[in-house]
Amino acid sequence: MTRQAMARAGQWRRLPMIRDPRLRWGLALGGLVYLLLALSTIDVNWARVAEGAGRGLNFLAAFTQPDFVSRRGDILDGILESLTMTLTSTVIGVALAIPVGLGAARNISPWPVYYLCRGIITVSRTFQEIIIAILFVVMFGFGPLAGMITLAFATIGFMAKLLAEDIEDLDWRQVEAVRATGASWWQTMNHAVQPQVMPRLIGLSMYRLDINFRESAVIGIVGAGGIGATLNTSISRYEYDTSAAILLIIIAIVLLCEYSSSHVRRWTQ
Amino acid sequence: MPVSTTTQGTPIWRLRTTRAQWLGYLAWLAAGCLFLLCWKVISDNTMWVFVEDAGRQGSDLISRMLPPEWTYAHRLWKPMWDTMNIATLGTVLGIAMAFPVAFLAARNTTPHPLVRSAALLIIVSSRSINSLIWAMLLVTILGPGVLAGIIAIALRSIGFVGKLLYEAIEEIHPTPVEAISATGASRLQVMSYGVLPQVLPAFAGISVYRWDINIRESTVLGLVGAGGIGLQLNAAINSLAWNQVSVIFVMIFVTVLASEWISARVRHAIT
Repeated sequence: MTRQAMARAGQWRRLPMIRDPRLRWGLALGGLVYLLLALSTIDVNWARVAEGAGRGLNFLAAFTQPDFVSRRGDILDGILESLTMTLTSTVIGVALAIPVGLGAARNISPWPVYYLCRGIITVSRTFQEIIIAILFVVMFGFGPLAGMITLAFATIGFMAKLLAEDIEDLDWRQVEAVRATGASWWQTMNHAVQPQVMPRLIGLSMYRLDINFRESAVIGIVGAGGIGATLNTSISRYEYDTSAAILLIIIAIVLLCEYSSSHVRRWTQ
Repeated sequence: MPVSTTTQGTPIWRLRTTRAQWLGYLAWLAAGCLFLLCWKVISDNTMWVFVEDAGRQGSDLISRMLPPEWTYAHRLWKPMWDTMNIATLGTVLGIAMAFPVAFLAARNTTPHPLVRSAALLIIVSSRSINSLIWAMLLVTILGPGVLAGIIAIALRSIGFVGKLLYEAIEEIHPTPVEAISATGASRLQVMSYGVLPQVLPAFAGISVYRWDINIRESTVLGLVGAGGIGLQLNAAINSLAWNQVSVIFVMIFVTVLASEWISARVRHAIT
């Protein structure tokens, strides 16, 4: 029966997402098998969970009365360190990402440079910040310097990739127009490419600032400075009221960042 | 366009007015000062003695990492499988939770503005807190293991999927929704026949994208005891077995590249 005839008989059904029934059922079956396999590998120690459930409730209760006071000094130091790391790493990272991004744009760079820059981007994007932080802590010792270098390195991959994509689909007519006046490479970049990508570059930098702050709360776990170390200590000491306070501060700062960055973006565009 | 004139009276074109120019310089100066101030805080908290021999430490590290101990790789298949499971199951769980939250948070489908702000609060708090922090918390609550990792990934995914999905819902075409409601459909029917078909492609794309990010994140969850290849990484680093660490790095690199490729292909096919 055709779909129209079925609809007339009052038996209309919507079109399936995947047209081919064999592929549709195959995917569903495969998904089910995977789910069963995956679920069977999880072994849960229910006694431990039951024991921890009380702690979970404690943690939730701590959010109603966060303790900002008793570890005030540690929290303040950590937040200050996180904020300084965030700012310096974003500035340095963006400054380094611009040349890498230019090099990784297919339309304006020769292929050896292109592959080199793409390689840098891939390595920087593949590894989590925390893995890079471990290596840099080994090299530069404990402290915020290692964290700053980590975040700057991660920023390079993120910014350069998006910048390169942006340059790849810029309006080529403007570049041609500037080139036709006899401009040098440098002048072409400055007057044809830069004005086209600048608003997005500023928006992305603000976004990355926000990400870097969130990451700086984590890399402290491996000793790279920032609020993460304080948070880690408070959690492992079961001082959930202090951890709740730190988490609330992080959420507040991220909210503030997001709010101001949406303003900046509106202002630049 | 600001134009000033020379003493002879000929106009000269300039990009900015004098005032704007000076304001720009001042802003750069302020930004520079702020940067230097931050740099000073960092430099005060740094032991420069350790930094001075960073080059030596780095080359030492590389020499210990090479050659990688390839025979160690066969002990990594199980942790790698765990990592994949953490990422996939975590994504599934996260999507299941994010889906209703997104509908509550979108301006055009929310039942009440108050519900909307509550949903937005859930999205923001889930987005602000890294999955590693969630994992740290859950490990103290649930005990170490894969389950803590799955839930950590799921909790972190709610915010990401929820935010992108509610933005997609807000951008839907109102015409099909109106058409369905004009037939006298109930609220749920309008959702299912008017809204859902419009956001499903975006939803599938977002989910696959998040899965790809989650693979990357689940590789490190083991550092705080939440299962997966991170446990092996932690053990190898703690025992200073750097040639095993390099094997783990290669495995992570290949897995992440593969998942990124799959996700890019799937997203390309969907949209």
